[in-house]
Amino acid sequence: MDFELMINSLPKLLNASFITLKLLTASLILGLFIGLFFAILRLNKIPIINKFAYVYSYVFRGTPLLVQIFIIYFGLGQIEYLRSTAIWVILKEPYWCAIIAFSLNTGAYTSEILRSAFQTIKPGMIEAGQSLGISSKIIFYKIQIPIAIRQSLPAYGNEIILMMEGTSLASTVTLMDLTGVAKYIISTTFKPIEVFIVAGGIYLFMTFIIHNAIKFLEKKYSF
Amino acid sequence: MELLSFGKTGWGDELLIATMMTIAVSITAMFIGFLFALIFTPLKLSKSKFLNLIGNCYTTIIRGVPELLVIYLFFFGGSGAVMYVASIFGYNEYIEINAFITGSFAIGIISGAYSTEVFRGAIQSIDKGQFEASKVLGLKKPVHFFKVIMPQMLRLAIPNLSNVWQITLKDTSLISVTGLVEIMRQSYIAAGSTRDPLFFYSFAAVLYLMLTYFSMKLINKLEVRYSRGY
Repeated sequence: MDFELMINSLPKLLNASFITLKLLTASLILGLFIGLFFAILRLNKIPIINKFAYVYSYVFRGTPLLVQIFIIYFGLGQIEYLRSTAIWVILKEPYWCAIIAFSLNTGAYTSEILRSAFQTIKPGMIEAGQSLGISSKIIFYKIQIPIAIRQSLPAYGNEIILMMEGTSLASTVTLMDLTGVAKYIISTTFKPIEVFIVAGGIYLFMTFIIHNAIKFLEKKYSF
Repeated sequence: MELLSFGKTGWGDELLIATMMTIAVSITAMFIGFLFALIFTPLKLSKSKFLNLIGNCYTTIIRGVPELLVIYLFFFGGSGAVMYVASIFGYNEYIEINAFITGSFAIGIISGAYSTEVFRGAIQSIDKGQFEASKVLGLKKPVHFFKVIMPQMLRLAIPNLSNVWQITLKDTSLISVTGLVEIMRQSYIAAGSTRDPLFFYSFAAVLYLMLTYFSMKLINKLEVRYSRGY
């Protein structure tokens, strides 16, 4: 065991974990909106619209995240037309490509979580709202959404943790996140176990915090 | 379409072999995962606090650390560890482990953590009366496990195991970083030499979709088989 290496690499790895956290927060926020959007489409009664949402979630859940990042980062740059538009400013940055891929991916999982949460809402709750003469818009925002969020908290907590692990793939498109830096230190020092312990410890710590934060929210919003 | 033709001009045959490789790694990893689950599920269910702790450490660490980091650990540390063990037995030559073995082992350990959780959940949700009944009937331990508990456990576990299979299948794409030529690595090579990444990565996505689709069909059949009598 090379304890000196472990202590020396800690600040570098901690620094890199900020990038991991930035990637995670950005993709979770975007992914939540994407997920909510597609969950609502899934509940739509028009077949084409809900089929479309189904195909979206099926494709993104059925393929590895690595393929999705590579298509966005390496693949989209190939389209000449995209290079001439304003989107290219975003697409040429590996950072934004990673965030786009992560958000689309977590969006697909989130849409499934939210959809099943919406479906488990008891019809009586909505009927109660209707009989009180509340408009369907307010029923949706004030009754259905809060209940759905509470229902989906445990599953969504899992998704946050899985997404945090997913951000490690950012290192494959040259980003120096926690895993990227860990790999760099391993390949220069050839001490995989020491670096794994430190980097893994940081990941576990983040998992621990997320897990407990979700538990706290679950308790706070339980009924 | 020309890019996908077989023979020297296209990448069809290479990609087909790569797909076989992905399937082979996934099955091996899933199997290694079952072996790990076989060891760690009893630990997690045991009454001893210490054994519990070991079981929990395994599942918590593996599920809390990114797959890629585990793969790097095995990729960079695997041959070192084997050489260390070999040196105890007096063998000091350089040993290089094949990427297939390191890869399936790394993915296997990850998949094992998920399988352990699935088996634990399945056994815990079997009705207590079943355990008591087989005890009262005086069944021997192996009979009790293989004829009473296991069939019921499998029925409960199969839907969740199909999730584990999906995760394992998708995780094999990460082994491409170690140079094992599976779907992702082959697409990377093809994309590099034809300068057509969009086509090849999209095709890789289609291959993965097909794999998940057909394996789901197969698992659904199994599920029906094991739910007979319910």
